[in-house]
Amino acid sequence: MSTRETPAALLARFDVSPARRRKDRIARGGILAATVLALIPLLLIIYYLLLKGVGSWSVNFFTTDPTGNTFFKSSSIGGIKSAILGTIEIVALASAIAIPIGIGVAVWLVEYGKNSWFAQLVRFFVDVLTGVPSIVFGLFVYIVLVVGTGSSYAGYKGSFALALLMLPVVIRSAEVVLLLVPGALRESALALGAPRFRVIFSIVLPTALPGMITGVLLAIARAAGETAPLLFTAAATLKTNFNLGQFMNSLPVQIYSDVTSPTTAVVNRAWGAALTLVVMILLLNLIARLVSRRSRLA
Amino acid sequence: MTSDGPPSRVADMEPESQTESGHERIRPQTPEAARVLTEPRVEDASSTVDAKPGLSVRLEQLRAFYGEAEQVKGVDLDFRANQVTAIIGPSGCGKSTMVRCINRMHEEIPGARAEGRVLLDDLDLYDSSVDVVAVRRAIGMVFQKPNPFPTMSVFDNVAAGPRLSAGGRSRSHSDLHAKVEAALRSAGLWEEVKDRLGEPGAGLSGGQQQRLCIARSLAVDPEVILMDEPCSALDPIATLKIEELIDQLKAQVTIVIVTHNMQQAARVADRTAFMLSGKLVEVGPTEEIFTNPTDSRTEEYVTGKFG
Repeated sequence: MSTRETPAALLARFDVSPARRRKDRIARGGILAATVLALIPLLLIIYYLLLKGVGSWSVNFFTTDPTGNTFFKSSSIGGIKSAILGTIEIVALASAIAIPIGIGVAVWLVEYGKNSWFAQLVRFFVDVLTGVPSIVFGLFVYIVLVVGTGSSYAGYKGSFALALLMLPVVIRSAEVVLLLVPGALRESALALGAPRFRVIFSIVLPTALPGMITGVLLAIARAAGETAPLLFTAAATLKTNFNLGQFMNSLPVQIYSDVTSPTTAVVNRAWGAALTLVVMILLLNLIARLVSRRSRLA
Repeated sequence: MTSDGPPSRVADMEPESQTESGHERIRPQTPEAARVLTEPRVEDASSTVDAKPGLSVRLEQLRAFYGEAEQVKGVDLDFRANQVTAIIGPSGCGKSTMVRCINRMHEEIPGARAEGRVLLDDLDLYDSSVDVVAVRRAIGMVFQKPNPFPTMSVFDNVAAGPRLSAGGRSRSHSDLHAKVEAALRSAGLWEEVKDRLGEPGAGLSGGQQQRLCIARSLAVDPEVILMDEPCSALDPIATLKIEELIDQLKAQVTIVIVTHNMQQAARVADRTAFMLSGKLVEVGPTEEIFTNPTDSRTEEYVTGKFG
């Protein structure tokens, strides 16, 4: 104890042992490999989509409805206009239903329900709803609105199914963002003598807005790509249709019916439609990122 | 303060506000409370500088609970009108809780409740007919950490109070602008921010943000302002500015300030109350509390023996 360590001994004491160096290298290699492994299918999907999809893109592809012809090579098979517009219409209505209700539920959970037993119950059911397979929502709407009313498929029925699918995503993402709004802001607004609804509308919601937009756009993106809830609610059709009370085409259903065709051109149209869908969702995600970057809550 | 005149007083800075009242829903019980809380203020703006004084606040056997835990254990205390009363005491002695009971912010915490009476002048603020929103408009609050609304500009932050009130939308723009300017002048911030009213309030320095918060609470014409350790997040120079401000503001409002800093209490307060484990130990003129306290615990605390 009395003698000082030699500089060499001091260095040795602070040196990383070879065994630890080795373990570190193996661990780093392992997680890097996992990352690369996860990226491979993702890149392959984008690669194949571009490879097979871009070929069928043309002005006509986006501006004409599918003709229904799948057998005669002489005539055109048409494009996917009705599917693109159908998806936009169905998802727009689904968003119009799910977003206000979802944000309302989230506001109630954060501002009023808090940790009451009923709020906990709501949270539990929302979580369960998140895990429900999308085809179950389709089936539910099919039973209630198609079989139950004895009427036919319709665009708005597809919207209902997608709205059910979006609802838990919107609620949960909005709740997380609302919880991020500092309690001090609510307090200082309340201390100014603001009624609670004013605090929520003028302080809490504007502060949480960028984050909520992100969550909402992700929910929209998820709904836009769903096939199962639409198969037996909105069905597939050829014509572009602006009446949500009738059959309505959509991109996922168009892809679903095209890939099973024996005709190469029709299968290629499925690839083109798939690429279109992915690009649309990518754009939504980009917007979500841009908006969340402006968030004041991060 | 600003170079163009004496410290602003409510009466000379905002004649229009005299006819506006956010308190009509408090039930009048006494002449004075009725005058200030329920009737349009019609004093001639040019008559007296101190036309609108603060109001006194009296606590009677105030008890505050978090769930089953009793944090304030029966406090009787007077806050005199247009005086600064400091509340000192060690951490956790219940001073913040007690102050939050005065404008009924305590009950915002889940599971929290208060018992006893809080009288503004002679009006019991815990009476079942009293609107809690009106209470908070009459009794403003400044928090420990400056907390301007992050989505709002400097102007909008100060305008938030008038705008957020139930009938606030009908206010004309020039009216609102006058009110914001008056509040910012009273808070000693006008000269520093008059050219950047449109910039985000969160972009100001910490001390400016806190004065912005004071301006925000002044803009609703309160009779009392509660300050919960308003300088604990600020540097000494910003603290000094706030303290000077407090000295000027007491002409308009009654001020209750919770502080951990005994020098601060000595500097700003007319009267000082010492609390210990939820009870009021002693209250009196500040000088007396610091130089000649009657209770030995007060003496031990102010001389730094504990706390």
